[in-house]
Amino acid sequence: MRHGVARFVTGFLALPVALYLFYVVWPFAQAAGYSLTDWGGYSDSQNFVGLDNYVRLLSDELIRKAFWHNVFFLVTVPLFTIALALFLAFLLNVGGREDRAGIRGVFGSALYKVIFFFPQVLSLVVIAVMWQQIYRTDQQGLINGLLIKIGLVDADNPIAFTADPEPFLGIPAVLWWLLLIAVWSGAGFYMVLFSAAMQSIPKDIYEAAILDGAGRFHTFFRVTLPLLRDTISVAWVYLGFIALDMYALVFVMTPSQGGPNHASEIFASVIQFNAFQKGQFGYACAIAVALAIFTILLAAVQLRITRRERIEF
Amino acid sequence: MSVTPENIGDLSRRTLLQRAAAAGLLATPAMGLLSACAGSEPEKSDTGGGAKSKDNPFGVKDGSAVKVVIFNGGLGDQWAKEDKVIFSAKHPNVTVNMSSTQKIKTEEQPKMATQPSDLVMNSGADMMDRSTLINEGAIEPLDDLLTAPAWDSEGTVADSLLPGTVGDGTQNGKFYVVNVAYTVWGNWYNAALFKKEGWQAPTTWDEFFALAPKIKAKGMAPYVHDAAHGYYPRWGLMASIWKACGKQVIVDIDNLKENAWKADGVVKALEPWEKLVKDKLLLPGKLDHTQSQQAWLDGKAAFIQVGTWLKNEMAATIPPGFELTLSDYWHNADDKAPKDVFAASGEGFVVPSKAPNKEAAKEFLRAILSKAGSAKFAELTKSLASTKGSGDNVQDTALSSANTLMKNGGSELISVKFQDFYADLDKESQNLSEELMAGRLTAQQFVDKMQAAADKVAKDSSIKKQTRTA
Repeated sequence: MRHGVARFVTGFLALPVALYLFYVVWPFAQAAGYSLTDWGGYSDSQNFVGLDNYVRLLSDELIRKAFWHNVFFLVTVPLFTIALALFLAFLLNVGGREDRAGIRGVFGSALYKVIFFFPQVLSLVVIAVMWQQIYRTDQQGLINGLLIKIGLVDADNPIAFTADPEPFLGIPAVLWWLLLIAVWSGAGFYMVLFSAAMQSIPKDIYEAAILDGAGRFHTFFRVTLPLLRDTISVAWVYLGFIALDMYALVFVMTPSQGGPNHASEIFASVIQFNAFQKGQFGYACAIAVALAIFTILLAAVQLRITRRERIEF
Repeated sequence: MSVTPENIGDLSRRTLLQRAAAAGLLATPAMGLLSACAGSEPEKSDTGGGAKSKDNPFGVKDGSAVKVVIFNGGLGDQWAKEDKVIFSAKHPNVTVNMSSTQKIKTEEQPKMATQPSDLVMNSGADMMDRSTLINEGAIEPLDDLLTAPAWDSEGTVADSLLPGTVGDGTQNGKFYVVNVAYTVWGNWYNAALFKKEGWQAPTTWDEFFALAPKIKAKGMAPYVHDAAHGYYPRWGLMASIWKACGKQVIVDIDNLKENAWKADGVVKALEPWEKLVKDKLLLPGKLDHTQSQQAWLDGKAAFIQVGTWLKNEMAATIPPGFELTLSDYWHNADDKAPKDVFAASGEGFVVPSKAPNKEAAKEFLRAILSKAGSAKFAELTKSLASTKGSGDNVQDTALSSANTLMKNGGSELISVKFQDFYADLDKESQNLSEELMAGRLTAQQFVDKMQAAADKVAKDSSIKKQTRTA
């Protein structure tokens, strides 16, 4: 019978696999091929240049800058998003009063869940356009308008938000403002993810912990967090991808797409510039391939580090 | 009948999810961009081959179709629909498929190597890099269009165009880009307001700095500019360099000549801009083009620098009684070419080399450049067309002030080419222009950094070099 199952599975998967190969894997292979050429993107002729493009990208200042900006997001986006999502999920599921019905979330948690999840249903570009209005750099902006009205910000010197390259804690301010949006838009989804994981933790574990005299702090760090380890690890990897992308926010919100003066340059914006503005598709493909390799390595390391024995319940 | 697999082997829910996650790894963000690079073999195209005549100089074949893509930006696309009417009157049996978009590069670039549209208006923020198109042989030289008879006037098409239009579309000795609009840049003000306040529109920097305190006293900022797109302030900076130092310095800059940016007078030409920022004469905030233009229309700032598409772009929100008036960029008393005006043809059409119906594309260009077509263009967009006499019958303060400016201008038109030649210098100069206008660079630092960027391009062997002669 096992043979029959294999045939059934193969038959079932043939079409999706074919589609996947044609539309996903084949373009990847093509791109890797183009990365070894000097293709300009507008013609069907190109010369083979070997690894020249890869040698060149190692000494490209702009790529170095973009790399460190991506590393900044790689550290901060998962860290802040997961911390916020965990905090919210904990409050919504087990943060409320304990009564005869057992452990529950804070009052109105069902409503909060919907509100926090809301950014997830918006496209990232819609989010970026909306935040443009919030971040507007004169008194018509939501934040500037409020702060100017209550006198916290000088009308002659409003907050420049994404047009501000001045460093804050050594990182250009524009990156921090983009980070805020990324965390705001991502936290809701991971809150729901963590909520689901928390609900699958048996309530009696919590009750036992409480009977043993554990407070909220200890319940969270000694019970919830260890049991969510798997989910958090997956979330970390996915958020890592998002952090290596960030393209939509940079593209829509920053001056000169990566500005001001390269202060928010990321891999994707450098690829975009080289391919579509400079007409060096071969080189752009090389950067993209390098980024892909970097991403895969990172995910592999991430999954390896967080792997350990699971608790089944 | 339900099928229950007897033995699904090791495929538990957990491992399935794990494998799905591993497969998901392949869909990393970079990969989406990777696939954008993929291309394929072109298909053979059917060429026109109709009979040639004075009314049909390229031999457009009856029954053929031509695909025209219009950039629907500040000028809108209504004028192009009028050109379609004009074209169809002469060629009723040729089908015109016209579409308009703001995403020229996004939509047209992927088709260039295979099945492009016949005629593409390559314009706007999302335009295809012109030098790349030419270097890759992706667009067709159109010299035969210039020598063809004009649609509805005496002489050739070239004869009917305003000065500079042919030069602007020429690269490496061939004519590639047909610019249909004629743009004049400068400082705009509201003539009605200036009359009411008794202010005289300045012509020199000194006059401006004398007027500025009076403007400030009225609670207005003297100046505003687009702080999101660096090419807006760059127009003003380059105009100042040209006026102060003369044409040759700009030609040297375009040709990446050694120490071209360090020429005498360049720093001095830019110092008034530095002073403008330092003296806090700019409207606070980092506004983009439409935000800054609206702020100017709302009376928050007295002057704004932008081109003649301004009126059409802001048509919906211009307050009644507001007289948009264009004045020349300010100069200094000892400038070498103070009267030269920043004007150029723009909004360029290109014909892809692989276009299936190039004959009809060229014929359509002839219709756009006709007297009737260009008059409609000026009437609808309140901007000059690159065809002579397009604005003669249009009553409008914005258009007539641009006309006057052109008539009183010096012998040369200010034009700058390096941003079209080199994408790196384009980006760098935009960034540095905004840095200067944000007060983070002095004029001297701006010049030093531009020189460094130009040197880097000059040394980069992967970048094909261009030469400006005129």
